[in-house]
Amino acid sequence: MQPANLLLLTLVLAIVAYWLGYARSRSLAMPLGGIRHLKSLPFYYGARAALWSGIPALIVLGLWAAFQGKVIQLIVIGGLPDGMMPATEGEASLLLSKISNVASGALPPGFVEAPIAEAAERLKALRSQSQFLMSGLVISVAVLAGFLGWLRIRPRLNARAQVESILKWVFFACAALAILTTVGIIFSVAFETFRFFEKVPFTEFFFGSHWSPQTALRADQVASEGAFGMIPLFTGTLLISAIAMVVAVPVGLLSAIYLSEYAGRKVRGVVKPLLEMLAGIPTVVYGFFAALTVAPFISDLAASMGIEASSQSALAAGAVMGIMIIPFVSSLSDDVINAVPQAMRDGSLALGATQSETMKKVIFPAALPGIMGGILLAVSRAIGETMIVVMAAGLAANLTANPLETVTTVTVQIVTLLTGDQEFDSAKTLAAFALGAMLFLATLLLNVIALKIVRKYREQYD
Amino acid sequence: MNSVNTTIASEVTQPDEVAVPVQESKPAETIIEEGKTVGKPFSDDPKFKLRDVEVFYGDAPAIKKISLDIGRNEVIAFIGPSGCGKSTFLRCLNRMNDSIDICRVKGSLQLDDHDIYDPKRDVVELRARVGMVFQKPNPFPKSIYDNVAYGPRIHGLANRKSDLDEIVENSLRKAGLWEEVKDRLDANATGMSGGQQQRLCIARAIAVSPEVVLMDEPCSALDPIATAKVEELIAELSESYTIVIVTHSMQQAARVSHRTAYFHLGHLVEVNETNKVFTSPEHELTESYITGRFG
Amino acid sequence: MTDQRSQAEIVRQSLKRRYRKERRFRAYGILAIAIALGALLTLFTDIIGKGYTGFLKTTITMEVQLDGEMMYLDDPKDERQIKMADFVEPLVQALIKEVPGATEEDRKQIRELINPYASVALRDALKANPEWLDTSRTMTFLSHTDVDVYVKHAGDDAYSIKLNDQQKAWVDELQERGVIETSFNDVFFSGGDSRDPSKAGILGAIVGSLLTMFVTLILSFPIGVAAAIYLEEFAPQNKFTDFIEVNINNLAAVPSIIFGLLGLAVFINLFGMPRSVPVVGGLVLTLMTLPTIIISSRAAIKSVPPSIREAAEGIGASKMQVVLHHVLPLAMPGMLTGSIIGMAQALGETAPLLLIGMVAFIVDVPDGFFDSATVLPVQVFLWAGSPELAFIERASAAIMVLLAFLISMNALAIWMRKRLERRW
Repeated sequence: MQPANLLLLTLVLAIVAYWLGYARSRSLAMPLGGIRHLKSLPFYYGARAALWSGIPALIVLGLWAAFQGKVIQLIVIGGLPDGMMPATEGEASLLLSKISNVASGALPPGFVEAPIAEAAERLKALRSQSQFLMSGLVISVAVLAGFLGWLRIRPRLNARAQVESILKWVFFACAALAILTTVGIIFSVAFETFRFFEKVPFTEFFFGSHWSPQTALRADQVASEGAFGMIPLFTGTLLISAIAMVVAVPVGLLSAIYLSEYAGRKVRGVVKPLLEMLAGIPTVVYGFFAALTVAPFISDLAASMGIEASSQSALAAGAVMGIMIIPFVSSLSDDVINAVPQAMRDGSLALGATQSETMKKVIFPAALPGIMGGILLAVSRAIGETMIVVMAAGLAANLTANPLETVTTVTVQIVTLLTGDQEFDSAKTLAAFALGAMLFLATLLLNVIALKIVRKYREQYD
Repeated sequence: MNSVNTTIASEVTQPDEVAVPVQESKPAETIIEEGKTVGKPFSDDPKFKLRDVEVFYGDAPAIKKISLDIGRNEVIAFIGPSGCGKSTFLRCLNRMNDSIDICRVKGSLQLDDHDIYDPKRDVVELRARVGMVFQKPNPFPKSIYDNVAYGPRIHGLANRKSDLDEIVENSLRKAGLWEEVKDRLDANATGMSGGQQQRLCIARAIAVSPEVVLMDEPCSALDPIATAKVEELIAELSESYTIVIVTHSMQQAARVSHRTAYFHLGHLVEVNETNKVFTSPEHELTESYITGRFG
Repeated sequence: MTDQRSQAEIVRQSLKRRYRKERRFRAYGILAIAIALGALLTLFTDIIGKGYTGFLKTTITMEVQLDGEMMYLDDPKDERQIKMADFVEPLVQALIKEVPGATEEDRKQIRELINPYASVALRDALKANPEWLDTSRTMTFLSHTDVDVYVKHAGDDAYSIKLNDQQKAWVDELQERGVIETSFNDVFFSGGDSRDPSKAGILGAIVGSLLTMFVTLILSFPIGVAAAIYLEEFAPQNKFTDFIEVNINNLAAVPSIIFGLLGLAVFINLFGMPRSVPVVGGLVLTLMTLPTIIISSRAAIKSVPPSIREAAEGIGASKMQVVLHHVLPLAMPGMLTGSIIGMAQALGETAPLLLIGMVAFIVDVPDGFFDSATVLPVQVFLWAGSPELAFIERASAAIMVLLAFLISMNALAIWMRKRLERRW
C-alpha cells in the first residue's frame, strides 16, 4: 500500500478506535447509573483509544517510510557480485540510478549488464516486499495498540488527564522540531564540509583568490584540479549586497520616515500596502526583471556613455535586490520609529523644533540602535538571497570592486554546483556544502547580533 | 451627553484625562451658563488675550466658549476635575494640538495682540516664545548637556561654543540643577532621577528664553521632595516668565499661583486671585470641588 | 526683557533657512516613496508588456483533405499503420492550397509555417474519429513558433524574425484572409512544458505547485499551531524553552537555500527519497515556513485577553480545555491569516527546490505526490533562462499567473484580518 493511502487508513483506524472507546465507556457506565459515574467524559475515553491506536502506528509508518529507501539501496548494492561492487560513493550513486532506471522501465534491461538487470528485479521485489511489510506492521500496530487501549478502559480511569498529557507531549514535540531543524541543518552542512576539507586544504579555501571548481571527470582528462579559493565569491557577495544596501537603506528609511511623520492617514493607507507588495513578489520575478530588463538597460546605458559594462553586471543584480529589500527596511524602521515615545516628539516640538529637526536630532538618534539592527537583518537577507543573483549575476569569479563587471556569489555557486547530476563525494559537490556552511554561519551571526540589538532597543522603551 | 465628548477627548489627549463621572446633586448644565465666567477673568496688561475659545475633537466639543486673559509675568493655575479640558486648553496656547488631526480650534487667541492661530503665523516661532513642560519628564536620550543645548542649537541662538556653554550653565542654574550635574554633563539624561529629569526639562524649555512657559501637571510623576524643588523653581521663574500651570493638586495651585482658574466639563467656571478661590469661591461648583465633593 | 526680544529676533531670522531644510527633507521622503513605487510600477508594466502576448496563440485554420492514399493509411484503427502513416503531407498540401500563388516547389517553405506538433494533433484526431478518413474537414492547428513570433512582434526589434520575405508575405496574406488568426492561448493552460514554445504550458507546473503546497499546508499548519500553543500556554520558563525560541527566531531568518541543502542531505541522501517529487519539496517548504507560522500564531494567541482564560478556568476547565475550547477558536483567524501569508511565501519560493531537483524538464502533468514535478516559480526560472524570446514571453505570462495567485492569497489574508479578527 502507498504510504499516503496507509496514512489515511491509519486515520480511519483511529476514528474506529475512538467510537469503540466511546461506546465501551458508555456501556461500562450504564450499570453504575450513567456517565456521571465515570471519571471523565466518554469523549476522552474515545480520544484516548484513538491516540493509543494512532500515535504508535504513525511513528512506525514515519520511520519506515523515511528509512526504507536507504535500506533497500544498501541491500541491492550489497547483493551485487564482487566484481561490480562500487568503490566510491560516486560510483554507487551512478550504479543505483542505473538500476532504478531499469526497474522503473525507463531503461530496457537489454541495454545493461546482466547483474544490473538482476539487481533491478531485486529492487522491484524488495520495494513491493517493503510496502507489504510496512502495511502489515502499521495496521497490526494500530489495531493491537487500539485494542489494548480499549481493553484498559475503566470507570475510575482518568482518561482526560491522560489525553491531555499525551497532547501536551505532542505539542512539545512540534515545538522541539525547530531544534531538530537547526540540528539537521548543522549536521547536513558540517559533515560534507569536513569531508571537503579532507580534500582541499583549509588555507586554500579561506585565503585562495582563485575559484574554478571544474575538476576532471576522468584521471586522464586535460582539465586539472579545480581551484577552491572563496575570496572572489566572498567579495562578489559583499559587492552585490553593498549595492543593494545603498539602494534599500536610504529609500526604505526615508519612506518609513515620511509615512510615519508626514503622510496623512489616507496616503499611508494606500502607500503602505503597495510597499508591502514589493515584499510579496517572489524572488524569481525579481531575478527575471534584473536579468532581462535592468541588466540590458544598464549595459546599454553604459555603452552609450562610452563605458564598458558587462551584460551581467553586479549593479543590475544589486540594484534589483535593493528594491526587493526596501519594504523590509522600511517596515522595520517604521516599527522602531513608532516605538519612540510620543513624549519625545512633543518635547522637541514644544521647544520650537521643526518636524525634520525633531526627526533628525531626536527621533532618529533614539531609534538608531533599532534601525541598525534592522539593517543587519537586511544585510543577512541580501547575502542569502539566491534567485536574483542566480539569474542576473554571472558565474565568473572575478575579484573586482567595479559594479559594472560580472561577479559571482556564494549562493550562485551553491546552486550551480548542486543542480544537475552529481557525484556526491567529488570536491565540487562538497564545496557547495562548505559554502553553505559559511553562508549559514555568516547569516546566523548577523541574525543573532541584530535580534539582540532590536530586543535591547525594545526593552528600552517598554 | 457630556460624557461622550469627554471620553473622545481623553482618547486623544493625555492618557490620564479619563472622564470621571461627576457626582453632584444637580446636573452641571443647570448651574453653568455657556461663556459665562465668574470672578476676574480679565487683566489690564494681558500677555494672552483669549476670547470665545472653542475646541472640538471631530464634532465633539471639548472646550466651550472660554474667554480669559493671562497677565504678563503672572503665574496662573488651571484646576478642575479630570477630563474638564484644562490640558486641552493649555495645549492650544502653543498649538501643540496641531499634531492631532481631528482637533479644531475656534475663537480668538492672541499673544501680545497677534493671533496665535493665524494661518500665516509661524508655529515654530510661536513655540520658541511659548515653551512647554510636560506631565511626564521627557528628556531626550542624549547627554544632559545636549538636552539643554538642543533648543539653542536648532534656533541658532549661540554663535560660539562658549555662548552655548553659558546658556546651558545659566539654564541649569535657573532650574536649580547646576550643582547636581555640573560634573556629569556628558552623562545620559535618562539615567537621572525623575525629579532631576523634570527640572532638566524645565531647564531645556527656558534655554531658548521663552516668554511663556506652559506646564502640564509637571509634578504629577514626582515624589514630594522633587515636587517641592520644582515648585520652588516655579516661584523663582515667575520673576521673569509668564507661567501657566495645569495641576491636579489644589495645594500646589495654592502654593505657586497668583490666580487660579477652575474648569468644569469644558467650561471655565471661575477665575480669581488664588487666595480668594481657595477661601471664598464665588461659584457653587468651585466650592464643591475645593471642598472635595468630587474630583 | 531685551534678552527675550533679541532672541525672538534671532529665531525669526533663522526661520527661512530652517523651513528650506524642512521642505528638502520632506521632498527626500516623497522622492524615496516615488522611487519605491516607481520600481513597482516599472516591474509590473515590464512584465505585463513582455508577457501579455503569451496569453495569445497563433493558429492556422484550413480545409484538410484526409486522403488515405496520401497518408499511406487505410485503417485508422490499426496501431501499426497509424504509427507509420504520414500526417504532415495533408497539412502541407492544405496550406499550399490556401496560399495564393504557392506551388509544389514551395513546399519546404510552406512546411516551415506549420507547427511540428500539428501532425500529432491530426493523428490523434483521426485516431479518435476513424470515419474522417477520405473526407475533407476544416481544422485548426497551431502555427509554427516563428509564425507566432512574426504575427505578434513584427515591428519589435528585440525579436528576431526567422521567416524569409516570401514567407512573411504569405503570412500577411493569410492573416488578411483569416486563415492565420490569434486567439486565447488555451494550450498555455492545458499542457506541460515543451521544447516548442507554442506548445509549452503551465498546467504541469501549477499542478506541481498545488501538490507541493498541499503537503506544506497539511504539515506546517497543524505543527505550527501546536508548537505555538505549547510555547505560549504550556512551556515552562526555563533554558530549554528559551533555546527553542532562539532557534525559531533564527530559522525565520536563515536563507531559504540553506533549507535546500538540508533537504538534499537529509531527505534525499540520508532517507533515500526520490528527487524532483512534490513530497520532498513540500517537506522542505514546511521546514522553511514553520517559523513564520509559529511566530504569527503566537501573536494571535497572545492577543486573546486573559479575562477569557480566567472565565473558563473559573468554572473548572482544565488548562487544555481552556486552550482548545476558548483560546484556539478565538486565535484561529489570526493563525489562518499568518498561515496564508506563509503559504504565499512558500508558493513563490524557488531556490531550495532547485537543490532537490525540482528543476528538471518535465513534460507530463504530475499525477501524484511521488511523481516527478516542477513548480510555477521554477518553470519561470527555466523559461527565463532560455535564449528564445518566445519562451521569455511565456515566462512573463507565467509570472502573471503566479502573481495573480499570490495577490489573491494576500487579499484573502487581508480580508480575513479585517473581517474575522476580533478587536479587544
